[in-house]
Amino acid sequence: MRAFLCLLLIGAGACASAPSQTTTSPTPRDTTQADVGRGATSTPNADPFPSTYVPFPSRTTVIRNVNLLTAAGPLIRNGAILLQNGKIAAVGATVDAPADALVIDGAGKYVTPGIVDDHSHLGVYAAPGGNALSDGNEATNPTTPQVWAEHSVWPQDPQFPRNLAGGVTTLQVLPGSANLIGGRSVVLKVVPGRTVQAMKFPGAKYGLKMACGENPKRVYGQRGGPSTRMGNVAGYRAAWIRAVDYRRKWDKWNADHKGDPPTRDLGLETLAEVLRGNMLVHNHCYRADEMAQMIDIAHEFGYKIRSFHHGVEAYKIADLLAKEGIAGSLWADWGSFKMEALDAVKANMALVNAAGARVIVHSDDPSGSQRLNQEAAKAMEAGAEIGLPVSEDQAIKWLTINPAWALGLDDKIGSLEAGKNADVILWTGDPFSVYSKPEKVWVDGALLFDRTDPSQQWRTDFELGFVPFTGTSR
Amino acid sequence: MISYKLITRTVITLLGSTAATLNAQTIAITGGKVYPVSGPVIENGTVIITNGKISAVGANVPIPAGAQRIDATGKIVTPGFVNSSTQLGVQEIAQVNDTRDMTARGKDNIAAAFTVWEGLNPNSVMMAPARKEGVTSFVVVPTGGLIAGQAALVDVVPGTTTDMLVRAPVAMVAEVGDPQSAGLNSRGELIVKLREVLEDTRYFQSHRDAFDRAQTRPFAASRLDLQALIPVIEGRLPLLVTVDREADIDAAMRLARDYNVKLMIGSGAEAWMMADKLAAAHIPVLTGAENNIPAGFAALGQRQENAGLLRKAGVEVALIGNAGGGDEEAFNVRNLRQEAGNAVSYGMTWDDALRAVTLAPAEFFGAGDRVGSLQPGREGNVVVWSGDPFEFTTRAEHVFVRGREYHEKTRQDLLIERYRNLPATHNTPPPQ
Repeated sequence: MRAFLCLLLIGAGACASAPSQTTTSPTPRDTTQADVGRGATSTPNADPFPSTYVPFPSRTTVIRNVNLLTAAGPLIRNGAILLQNGKIAAVGATVDAPADALVIDGAGKYVTPGIVDDHSHLGVYAAPGGNALSDGNEATNPTTPQVWAEHSVWPQDPQFPRNLAGGVTTLQVLPGSANLIGGRSVVLKVVPGRTVQAMKFPGAKYGLKMACGENPKRVYGQRGGPSTRMGNVAGYRAAWIRAVDYRRKWDKWNADHKGDPPTRDLGLETLAEVLRGNMLVHNHCYRADEMAQMIDIAHEFGYKIRSFHHGVEAYKIADLLAKEGIAGSLWADWGSFKMEALDAVKANMALVNAAGARVIVHSDDPSGSQRLNQEAAKAMEAGAEIGLPVSEDQAIKWLTINPAWALGLDDKIGSLEAGKNADVILWTGDPFSVYSKPEKVWVDGALLFDRTDPSQQWRTDFELGFVPFTGTSR
Repeated sequence: MISYKLITRTVITLLGSTAATLNAQTIAITGGKVYPVSGPVIENGTVIITNGKISAVGANVPIPAGAQRIDATGKIVTPGFVNSSTQLGVQEIAQVNDTRDMTARGKDNIAAAFTVWEGLNPNSVMMAPARKEGVTSFVVVPTGGLIAGQAALVDVVPGTTTDMLVRAPVAMVAEVGDPQSAGLNSRGELIVKLREVLEDTRYFQSHRDAFDRAQTRPFAASRLDLQALIPVIEGRLPLLVTVDREADIDAAMRLARDYNVKLMIGSGAEAWMMADKLAAAHIPVLTGAENNIPAGFAALGQRQENAGLLRKAGVEVALIGNAGGGDEEAFNVRNLRQEAGNAVSYGMTWDDALRAVTLAPAEFFGAGDRVGSLQPGREGNVVVWSGDPFEFTTRAEHVFVRGREYHEKTRQDLLIERYRNLPATHNTPPPQ
């Protein structure tokens, strides 16, 4: 009874074909994992919109008598976790807690790390929707690396608190998939902020959104192109050719400072940062054959694809993903809504997991994002059905440490380990049950959602007066 | 008047004894925890299916000689699920126009005569995945415009649409949420337009001879549309109105009262705000339990407790997909059980949730005598679940539709078989 979510809102405006320039072919770079984040020289101003995030006040808290799915090892039954100074201080069968710690009896419930959704459009396609809040696709040119998702994010999007209530503590907000190269993503903490900077995850790398297949050619087919998949590929390559050239000029100038610096170009600056390994590529791509071609393009220009998003055919090239070290940010059961989504199978995650590639449960949907645990549970069952059972210890990684890795934040979040940020969920029961929900959610040790306490339920400015406050609707 | 009677007799009620579903076999499902829905749960119950129909349900039912036995010990037995809001079979691939047949062009956004099931594709590859997860019947609902057309209730059986049909039409469908989509400019105008059409239907009904002599004033809808609406103003065919905002639901209720229309509310995001009024007027609501987003100014009060609160107030509720994504009207019609689980999680009782995906929708659409419960005489639409049907770890182990068990592979199963073991080369894997 509802319109299927379509993130392809076509904007007005002329469309230029991506200019192409010849250049010397770049040396293929080593694309091992260690490579990511190696970047040396950077853009003239690498961080013009710095994070102003400050953790909310927290108190030392110990949760006892809980089952801990740590995403870093086997389930700890009847264990405990200590949150102190915004960090996880201790996890184990027992923990020592200071006398003044707030003690929560977990009563046999479950604790997991906060969920990380690496594919969100919260803020850029904010509720209540409509043209006024449609800010996710700069659909005026098929190649728009110059746009930054954070400049579209509305911090008062009422979808943010709902996501938090679903246990999501970190989000990657991406531009939409109308464009071949859609722009920069931003990594946000799901916290109330007056400004988007106050939500930005400190130190998080930027992501670059790229998109394959039907969307770009549909949006631009009648507007100057690309109108075909081969046109799409020509568009990516033309952009990277220019980026290689731009990077070389800037790297040279950064090294010797001879003469005037090259003219700045916002879009090429972003692409050069990808080539330097300072940004992570998130590539919307459905079909196996197209993913294989995107991998070749990445090799040609010496960048690394961090994760394929949607990847409904990832199971057909799971071996390739494993070999390349590329994650699959996948749906449990979405499919068949367009030609390139036709071959979706529920066992996709289990098959990709079995092949040794990183599986991520992603949403691309403000509703699904609130129930990523349920999506994981469906995928687990699909695996069990074909003889590839997935343990809860493994599935929790699909929701936490794996997407944290995709964002380059696996050293800070994504597992219950001493020293990590205290992004923690206390569930009402086994998180893979349809009947379980987050009861309490902490971000950096601060309790920011409590299902049992309406005073601990964040409401955005928009909701005041407009949305009846029920105190239980989360 | 003569032709009007002929028209109203076109309601199809098939009795399910077509060649494709005829099944002389007797099946005895024994030892399970049986939820007939129409009556109390039966521990260690038996369900007998004979010739495609349920012939006996109870605790101490003799097993007919030669019956095929299904041991359901430790398992749960329910009626097959009824998804009452789908475009299954009329929309294969949302973004491939050639496969979309759920929206009529109509005239001035009125397509009352549109019988969506005439475009149903029984060979849709979406059928098997739905049935595999326990959905044995569905209502195919037209969409778009102000009056979208007529819905039908079908069983998920192979064969032709004629074979599948249980009852058609089962409802007239109108959408009162978005004036723009109906070619109008304000919500009030939507209601005015509906009133005008119903007025004209009344007039058409009582001046049919004058109409045939071209002696009537112009009408707001075509002859076929007005004909199709006669059962609606006679209260024989329910009007399913897709509407979210409280004020719009209220307006639809006033209209229904003025024209003696049997109203059902679909989607109904803010129905909980007026649950007592809906209960008093005996108006059923079709809604889901996976949406809490104020996704538009007409749905600011959307919450996951909607279904539970409505039941608590005494409103009859059918659960449908309402998350707003994931193709829950076609490919993921199968996720009805997830919807039910979430409804329970947000305040509905488990028994009510089961009823809301079985007998409640069957009754709303006039097919409670055919599907939705385990009673003698009902279609043999029965599912044996490995556990709680709403839980993800539970599998539909045996799915019977009209007494026949289906185990056929879905297109997804075939893809998995092909790609389960990838070869060292990038060649397509050989047949396994």
